[in-house]
Amino acid sequence: MNDFLPIFVLLVLASGLVSLVLLISVLFGPRRRARNETKLQPYESGMRPIGPAQRRLPVRFYLIAVLFILFDIEVVFFFPWAVALRELGWAGLLSMLIFIGILEAGHFWLWRRGALEWEKMDK
Amino acid sequence: MNVADLETVLPFLLLATGGVALLLVDLAVPQARKSLTGWLAFVVALAAGVSALALVSGKTMKGFAGMVQADAFAYFADVLLCVVAALVILLSLRYHTARGLMRGEFYPLLLLSLSGMSLAVHAADLLVVFLAIELLSIPLYVLSGFARPRLESEEAALKYFLTGAFASGFLVYGVALIYGASGTTALGDLRAALLDNPALTSDALLMAGLALVMVGLLFKIAAVPFHFWAPDVYEGAPTTVTAFMATATKAAAFLALMRVVAGFAALSPSLAQPFEVADALRPMLALIAAITMIVGNVTALAQQNVKRMLAYSSIAHAGYALAGVASGDATAVLFYLAAYAFATLAAFVVLIAVGSTEGNEDHRYEAYAGLGRRAPLLGVIMALAMFSLIGIPPTAGFVGKYFLFRAVVASDLTWLAVIGVLTSALSAAFYLRVLMVLFMREPETAPEAEPAALAADAPRMVAAYVSAAAVLLIGVFPSAVLALLTGGELVALVR
Repeated sequence: MNDFLPIFVLLVLASGLVSLVLLISVLFGPRRRARNETKLQPYESGMRPIGPAQRRLPVRFYLIAVLFILFDIEVVFFFPWAVALRELGWAGLLSMLIFIGILEAGHFWLWRRGALEWEKMDK
Repeated sequence: MNVADLETVLPFLLLATGGVALLLVDLAVPQARKSLTGWLAFVVALAAGVSALALVSGKTMKGFAGMVQADAFAYFADVLLCVVAALVILLSLRYHTARGLMRGEFYPLLLLSLSGMSLAVHAADLLVVFLAIELLSIPLYVLSGFARPRLESEEAALKYFLTGAFASGFLVYGVALIYGASGTTALGDLRAALLDNPALTSDALLMAGLALVMVGLLFKIAAVPFHFWAPDVYEGAPTTVTAFMATATKAAAFLALMRVVAGFAALSPSLAQPFEVADALRPMLALIAAITMIVGNVTALAQQNVKRMLAYSSIAHAGYALAGVASGDATAVLFYLAAYAFATLAAFVVLIAVGSTEGNEDHRYEAYAGLGRRAPLLGVIMALAMFSLIGIPPTAGFVGKYFLFRAVVASDLTWLAVIGVLTSALSAAFYLRVLMVLFMREPETAPEAEPAALAADAPRMVAAYVSAAAVLLIGVFPSAVLALLTGGELVALVR
């Protein structure tokens, strides 16, 4: 049971912190009385959250999302490498440079092919 | 990591670096001159093939802490893969211009897929097998959709991607279970662990993992019942990609499969075979081989489309090669795959020649009526390919089947060899039907394409001559090919 003690401490701390933040915002936050339509939306500036569910989205969002996931996952490899860098030594550094080279080759190709141009994608 | 490590996967390194570099070089190549990219890719593929040929030796080397392995089998497969890819590149040049598919990315993707295949044949660790299978598959998903916006091609890409991703899931889950049961993913260590601890052989976790890995690999070689994707993908993909998939992918996946099977050999160390096939695996492999031979050949019989017939033919031939795997003779299997690859490539030359001249891609049998008389050269090449696929001397297919069935009989699987011979006889019906249509049938409509146009493209004709010559030369001088294969070890002994 002792093993779980840190988790309980974390739980108490986390809920305590959240309550504190909420309390501070209630006590000291500004109280605007403006009740116009924009103000009452969940997102003041951004997408309209209400509407038909099967809305058409520009396919560019999809492309950008896919690219993000690709690069995001590849960049995750930096973390374990950074932790073990001292043991890996020069060979580790060299390997990572090659890895970055490949990553950048892909990035460069995407850039040159216009996959990152928001405006030109229509043509 | 040291220089000797790099040497064990030199062809792979050349292909991977070449592929990435070519991707960047291609950006500077203007659209009208994309065949330049093709020629550069051709040079890279040949260089990798030559490097493998130069490295061929009887000794087995391990590299990267036992992750990869270089032996005669791996180098032989490297040479085969690179030659096939080089020929496919020659076939692509004109075909892609004619069909409006000339995009420079084709060739880098082909090289990257090829690098995955080269890694697959060098794999000595289950994780490398998985990595290599992914590396060869992902570019292929893109390549099979390369005829965008042709709907069949897009369908092929999506189908291949969804089923392929699913199969990869099986593979990697199987690897995880095997690791859980044995504590290692290295095939050599696995073999040693099984020899040390015979109790492990009846471990349910290990067997489940093995079964899942088998599913993943049998999917790649399109063995029944994991073949459903193949006909649609082969038909929908651009014919050049189909030719590549049906030959190179199959050879690479088969060698990876054999390495995995050999890693489990210690399940039954008593068998005196070229490599031991575990008692637990033999019935499974033999059964799947039998079903694949029967289903592939019988279904091919019913096809009305030459390209689709060749897809089922490739399934059927996966069945023959799988019978060889069950017998445990890797040399016979690799020899057979080489013979099959060149014959299939020769057949696809004809399909590509027709696809490069006529407006729509029509591969029904009727579309080929009278072609043998309009373009005798293509007719003769097709005849050679079909004879080799049936297994008629003096072609490569005959020698391949001879070695294969001999190995199968020698390993007490005579019933399997009987099925193989019977289905081979059956296959003559649909292979000869192509020739009958080619030479003895009048075309439905007046031919639009001039015979001169059919044979005009020089690179394509070179590819045609090379594959046809290979079919004949392997058939007449099999010992030259066998010499390359001696000394291969599927799993180098660890102690």
